[in-house]
Amino acid sequence: MRTAFINQLIAEAEKNDKVFLLVGDLGFSVVEPFAEAFPDRFLNVGIAEQNMAGIAAGLAKEGYCVFIYSIGNFPTLRCMEQIRYDICYHNLNVKVIAVGGGYAYGALGASHHATEEVGMLRIIPNMIVCAPADPQEAKAVTTFVTAHNGPCYIRLGKAGEPQIHTEALSLKEGEILTVKEGGGVAVLSTGAMLKYTLDFLQVNNIDASVYSFPFVKPIDQDKLAIILKSYKKIITIEEHQAQGGFGSAILEISNDLLEYNKIEKLPLIKRIAIKDKFYSVAGSQEYLREIAGITLMPSFFTITQTDAV
Amino acid sequence: MTSVEFSKEIRLKTLEMVYKAKASHIGGAFSMADILAVLYTDILRIYPHAPQATDRDRFVLSKGHACTSLLATLAIKDFFPVEELGTYAQNGSRLLSHTSHYVPGVELSAGSLGHALPVCVGFALAAKRKQEQWKTYCLVSDGELNEGSNWESILLAPQLMLDNLVLIVDYNKIQSLGAVKDVIELEPLKQKFEAFRWDVFETDGHDHVALKLAFTAAMQENKRPKVIIAHTVKGKGVSFMEDKLLWHYKSPDEKQYSEAIAELSA
Repeated sequence: MRTAFINQLIAEAEKNDKVFLLVGDLGFSVVEPFAEAFPDRFLNVGIAEQNMAGIAAGLAKEGYCVFIYSIGNFPTLRCMEQIRYDICYHNLNVKVIAVGGGYAYGALGASHHATEEVGMLRIIPNMIVCAPADPQEAKAVTTFVTAHNGPCYIRLGKAGEPQIHTEALSLKEGEILTVKEGGGVAVLSTGAMLKYTLDFLQVNNIDASVYSFPFVKPIDQDKLAIILKSYKKIITIEEHQAQGGFGSAILEISNDLLEYNKIEKLPLIKRIAIKDKFYSVAGSQEYLREIAGITLMPSFFTITQTDAV
Repeated sequence: MTSVEFSKEIRLKTLEMVYKAKASHIGGAFSMADILAVLYTDILRIYPHAPQATDRDRFVLSKGHACTSLLATLAIKDFFPVEELGTYAQNGSRLLSHTSHYVPGVELSAGSLGHALPVCVGFALAAKRKQEQWKTYCLVSDGELNEGSNWESILLAPQLMLDNLVLIVDYNKIQSLGAVKDVIELEPLKQKFEAFRWDVFETDGHDHVALKLAFTAAMQENKRPKVIIAHTVKGKGVSFMEDKLLWHYKSPDEKQYSEAIAELSA
């Protein structure tokens, strides 16, 4: 995904001379082509994320479309107040890019597990939160955020994720992607959990609908209402803490849709996410997902057997 | 109006705002009043009726809690009507008790300390990259230098050769809970900045001639950022407020208000 991101950013920077990239001394073997192509619109600010976010705000106020790039918690949690106050309160054109969403840097430990940042960022006014599932989605959200005049966050995975969408995408703000339809259960996936979800269904020969959410905020409420009306059982899946994350967003919007009579009743919604815990064992991304309970086994079968409400 | 006359007007308006709103932070607003008067009279390129003009100098007040004297400065300079100062901190007013970028002439909202200098590095970098000639001025408090984010910027600015960035330290020696030297001693401050590769100008922050000389010297294009360490007195201008921690918080009562007017008008 990070390769898709940087290639698309270079393509955007060729068309838009306001695109500026700041990095926090990270991005080896990723950002060099941008730096070489646009030396006047690139800066390594060093290992100083609060400064990076503030500088981004200053550059954006002077007309640049500024991307700040680092790993997981560093361009997000480390400088959260700069993001809230300098960038979002002033509604400035800054894009926060984090590589290594979720447990992508599994064995590196909790410092590198980005498992709370979506929840923290999505509650800040003016901020748009994106979590692409594959290189095509990463490319499309990069184009989207460049065109959008305001603060955005992109949670990238790592490198080498397979293509899921076979064709190039063009995304509207909040768009939900229908990946497959069928069966009585819908799985709503955000970020890199899409590949896992599709593999799980295939391996177990299960017919179910799958929707990908490249946006955690905002979410297309009309389409979500249709999904909520079409299924009695829904599973949300994300590589993030359960509280405040994507599943929380779905629950909140679903409740609002019910309150405002956009839907008549709520389906059963099962959230698959991390259950308020840190994990301090070494392991691959897949291993950590499994011990953290980010797995459709046995949830998918349990919910299938539950009487619908 | 000379900068000295201007500073008197700034203090009188500030006093009136603080008294009417029963607000805090008059001590820090007074300590920087002379710096503001000199900047807005003799140094900054400003356009009160076109506050977003591209070639304006950017002045950012980082110690946003002391914004009363900046608001008074901007109103007297006709960025907005002086009468509006009467709404300060009242329900519905855009004149908050911290700087707000919704007020004409205010570049950046500031309330949380240690935020403005990194943004000002962004401004100065933008000017360099776009090859524009305006300068960026950032006024911080002494206590605010406790914030690590400032030192991230202080490290980087010389690396970027931002000689178009002027940092001003309002060094009134008192921070929120006590004397700066008793909380976190900043000395030797001049040597710290020099070691970080800044050009340092140390001056009396209430001597208008000295301030003007320092600001003029700080215009040199030599690829080094500039810092003006302005030695000031908290509450400067009203004898019973001077050098007193209490006036970080207290608002004058009616008797003190009258006495302060008398002193400032003398």
